[in-house]
Amino acid sequence: MTSLIQLLVSGFATGAIYALIAVGFTLLWQTSQTINFAQGEFVMLPAFFVLVAMNLGAPFWLAALICLALSVLVLGLLFKLVIVDPMLKQGVLPLVISTIALSLFLKESVKNFYASQAQPFPTLVPAIDLRILGAVVSTQSLAVLAVAIATVGALHLLLNKTRLGRSMQATAQNPALAIILGIPVRRMVLYTFLLNAVLVAIASILVSPIYLAKFTNGETLGLAAFLAAIIGGFNQVRGAILGGVILGVLDNLSAAYVSSQYRGAFPLLILIVVILIRPQGLLGRVEERTV
Amino acid sequence: MSRFGAAALAAAALAAVTVPFLLKSYGIYLLSMWAVLAVAAIGLNLTLGYAGQISLAQGAFVGIGAYCVALLVPLGVPYPAALVCSALLCFGIGWILGYPALRVQHHYLAFVTLAFTTLVFLVMRNEEWLTNGIYGINAIPRPVLFGWSTGKPLQFYFFSLGSLATIAAAVGWMLRSPWGRAFVALRENPIRALSLGVDTRRYTLIAFALGAGLGGLSGALYAPLVQFIEPNSFALGLSLNLLLMVIVGGSGYFFGPFVGALIAVLLPEWTRITEGYYLIAYAVIVMVLMAVCPTGVLGLIERASRAMRRRPVQTPVPLGGERTEP
Repeated sequence: MTSLIQLLVSGFATGAIYALIAVGFTLLWQTSQTINFAQGEFVMLPAFFVLVAMNLGAPFWLAALICLALSVLVLGLLFKLVIVDPMLKQGVLPLVISTIALSLFLKESVKNFYASQAQPFPTLVPAIDLRILGAVVSTQSLAVLAVAIATVGALHLLLNKTRLGRSMQATAQNPALAIILGIPVRRMVLYTFLLNAVLVAIASILVSPIYLAKFTNGETLGLAAFLAAIIGGFNQVRGAILGGVILGVLDNLSAAYVSSQYRGAFPLLILIVVILIRPQGLLGRVEERTV
Repeated sequence: MSRFGAAALAAAALAAVTVPFLLKSYGIYLLSMWAVLAVAAIGLNLTLGYAGQISLAQGAFVGIGAYCVALLVPLGVPYPAALVCSALLCFGIGWILGYPALRVQHHYLAFVTLAFTTLVFLVMRNEEWLTNGIYGINAIPRPVLFGWSTGKPLQFYFFSLGSLATIAAAVGWMLRSPWGRAFVALRENPIRALSLGVDTRRYTLIAFALGAGLGGLSGALYAPLVQFIEPNSFALGLSLNLLLMVIVGGSGYFFGPFVGALIAVLLPEWTRITEGYYLIAYAVIVMVLMAVCPTGVLGLIERASRAMRRRPVQTPVPLGGERTEP
């Protein structure tokens, strides 16, 4: 029982990180039909922004802010202008290929220009084990959980309670109608890219103390984000959050109780089952296609 | 085919037969690798370029084919029989994997096949009793066919090249048949194809299974070529690499996979002077190519030759279907 609590806490913490990545992923898909195969590398990269800033002498909080700013600039603005915009007229698949190439590019660049070894990464809070109801829970998991929940909460408020957020949602759901309503659609699409950059930067700072900063981190994280998005529903922000949490909890439980060798297989089996039974995802809408 | 195309094909065939005599064994090994991977790329081109179903599972099928041969040959099964077994096994698995393909399209399908690749990798790595796990299988013998040994690099190259030519001819013949036409109909507009009486369900399965079967054949050639296989060779990286080959060469063009495989195998060697940076260069080239001409190198050549003849440009072959309405 006590180990179950421990597993659930760390599972929710991992799941919350997956959820952040998956939300950004679905936002890009909804507003611009960008399936970002480099999303995992987008999470890998900001950690190195932090490390570079700290190597130059910045304290951690400043480095985190610099990382956020650089992410918005590089993974938000530059990604949109240099990679996505020239590709939009070519359709979905060429853009998919382009982002696959981009992920290779980011991975190899970090490997060649920074380091191929895993780098230690500063933690948000000192790692202390707390005893709650007899279970040992690390402050690190709790901090990750708190930051992730706060981020998702802020995102929820932004998307649903502000004019800007509702404009973004309108853009995602029906761009043609959004234009008629006077919403600056192009700017809204750009904002979702910037938002995605912020989300991956936060996820990166949360995940790197656990996994260490390494150029291959993106592979597992990206896959987890895809799976979370599809299991929950590709076209719903809520779905991505649900998918992320399911995946994180399941990952921890299956590794402990079923088989650690095949821990990677359980999310995939769920994916296949979900796609066969409910291809639009647990909370997704059905997308119609015209002839 | 235009006169220019025929001349280019003849020159390429001549080069494929003569160039290896000028190379050392490593160069011959690379060309053999080209021939072997081209077979897998032809299969993927069938699934993706002609039938329009995106698959990230081709590397897994190459792996299944390679393991099938590597496990059967030491048991005393003759190589040709093991080769046929690989192809049939992958055809069967591809057929089963095709079922999700019937339910989902585009990006969803990419992820289902991606999940499949990862599952196959996990099985290869974890089931040590069968695959010897991360230690891989060593010393896979090269076959002796009709008393003719393929042990030397040059001999094995011609064996690979002959296999490639035979398979390419068979696929070319199939594409001219009603099956091939039905595949293109699937890609262009599945709903309209259905309304015209094409059994889209059956043809999607066939396209998937045939592509997978060719992946298996490629694996059956791969195992004796490298003589040592291990799970990491068949992880997602190979599937992505094969996908890039098909797209870079020109998806939906018959000779696209040949060109793509050549680029993917040789480019890293040519850019070896840049040491670790060649993958960065390759990634940039792919991104630029996608932005400029998503129909790949052959699409680029076709466009250039059209521009020179100043004919009105026909609609180019679209890649992988249209954008869905948001």
